[in-house]
Amino acid sequence: MTEKEKYLTSLFGLKNLHQLEIYLENGGYEAAKKALLEMKPTDILAEVKAANLRGRGGAGFPAGVKWGFVPKETDKPKYLCVNADEGEPGTFKDKYIMSHNPHLLLEGIIITAYCVGIHHAFIYIRGEYEMIAQRLEKAIAEAKKKGFLGQNILHSQFDLEVIVHRGAGAYICGEETALLESLEGKRGHPRLKPPFPASVGLFNCPTVINNVETIANVPFIILKGAEWFTRVGLPKDGGTRIFGVSGPVKKPGIYELPLGTSLKELIFTYAGGMREGKKLKAVIPGGLSAPILTAEEIDITLDFESLVNAGSMLGSGAVIVIDQETSMLDVLRVVSKFYAHESCGQCTPCRIGVSWINKIVNRLAQGGGQPDDLETIARLAAAIKGKTLCPLGDAAAMPILAIVEKFKDELLGSTKH
Amino acid sequence: MSSLSPETKNKIAAVVKRYPHKQAALLPVLHLIQNEIGFIPEESQAWVAELLDLQPARVKEVVTFYTMFLEKPIGRYHLQVCSNLSCTLAGANDILNYLIDKLKIKPGETTADGRFTLTTVECLGACEHAPCMMVNCDYYGQLTPAKIDEILDGLE
Repeated sequence: MTEKEKYLTSLFGLKNLHQLEIYLENGGYEAAKKALLEMKPTDILAEVKAANLRGRGGAGFPAGVKWGFVPKETDKPKYLCVNADEGEPGTFKDKYIMSHNPHLLLEGIIITAYCVGIHHAFIYIRGEYEMIAQRLEKAIAEAKKKGFLGQNILHSQFDLEVIVHRGAGAYICGEETALLESLEGKRGHPRLKPPFPASVGLFNCPTVINNVETIANVPFIILKGAEWFTRVGLPKDGGTRIFGVSGPVKKPGIYELPLGTSLKELIFTYAGGMREGKKLKAVIPGGLSAPILTAEEIDITLDFESLVNAGSMLGSGAVIVIDQETSMLDVLRVVSKFYAHESCGQCTPCRIGVSWINKIVNRLAQGGGQPDDLETIARLAAAIKGKTLCPLGDAAAMPILAIVEKFKDELLGSTKH
Repeated sequence: MSSLSPETKNKIAAVVKRYPHKQAALLPVLHLIQNEIGFIPEESQAWVAELLDLQPARVKEVVTFYTMFLEKPIGRYHLQVCSNLSCTLAGANDILNYLIDKLKIKPGETTADGRFTLTTVECLGACEHAPCMMVNCDYYGQLTPAKIDEILDGLE
């Protein structure tokens, strides 16, 4: 992808882009003007649907379809929650959008809210991003002062307030219904679905929940059109993704690339390949919850469908690269420790099962392996998968099962006395 | 509550007003209290419960659910070392062990002079700078023993 084809990150090099003045000098809020002054909400919805903008948080649900589920006629207020929890291990992309270009996110929020008929938006940001939350607050104040937020935005009669709400260190709050509970001032315990948030969400009102990167794509769809968007990415999977690469590569960081880019190319061309003396062993392609791929399996394209066909998922676009020297038992230890720590405790299979797996893995790591340990781990993981209220159970079970399955021989070595 | 400054009290009053239901202000109010006191003592929890019309147990269950909320005082500098995968791949274990040796405390403990508390945390969202840690609200990445010495020496 040439520099010209990037759009989300193309201005990131500009000094003080986070300031409204600089954003305006570079075409900022033009999409909001077009949307609010020239387009009807139904036109915007049609355009976003046609763009096939799939959610960038993990599940990949088409944004336009989600917006379409919100009832048009309702006496209740409607809410927009921007998911800026960014808790999926390996993921750090939304941080770049919010710190480099907070007004882009706000512009996306304005257009989304106008499209769905929303007057209150919340940005739920992970607690650790305190400095970024402050930057967002400043951007909101600037935008309000210039009439891009608040009452009668751009003299369009449309009102919108945006509130930044900080989490406090709970991975589960990235799950959309746990996020709603947390925003209501409760523990982050996911809700049973249905009803879905589009009909019964925040404060029991219709609610749209979208990831930061998803919302940041919206202004470009408005300015350049759905046809352009699907051309940049794939017809069924429009636009670019901001991939985050970490692990022992030469250039870890974010790479904005069109959907459909090869995973191999991302690692070996864009991220510079493996560091001196390191050899590729495996890749986790979409955040820690995504089932692992072996070095032989990385010749695939990065889009939702290809990753599902490969038995994994594109998830949050976070690519964690693992080298030959790394013990898969150690990877299994880190993975099981994480989910055991972050299980909210609501569903028994997840609360008990993941901790149990973690205990077995710790025992293995300390040299106390038993011959049937791998079978027990696989059995426990299978007993979690599909049996919990929210996807955290699956998110724990799937990567554990994949590691045990694909690196059985190596792990069997640890089960022997 | 008398131990909160008028400034914090004003901020709390403003934040409560922002939400359509005041109970939703619980997390931001707890953050404001912790910012000032350093943790959230029992008496503050009771005060918040009254302020937001919540049962004291509702406040307690929230304080204990979220790892960032503390019920006990900690050191002046909170060193939070990431122990998730990208950081582990980059040597987070060595970084943690270096801090354990240097400060002579285990994770979860505070130095005798009250300067440092060491904890391990899950992914901080800074994997491109692995191995990383937070010192209070600041991020530090590409950690090495030498860099840790430099960071800690630079603190008051």
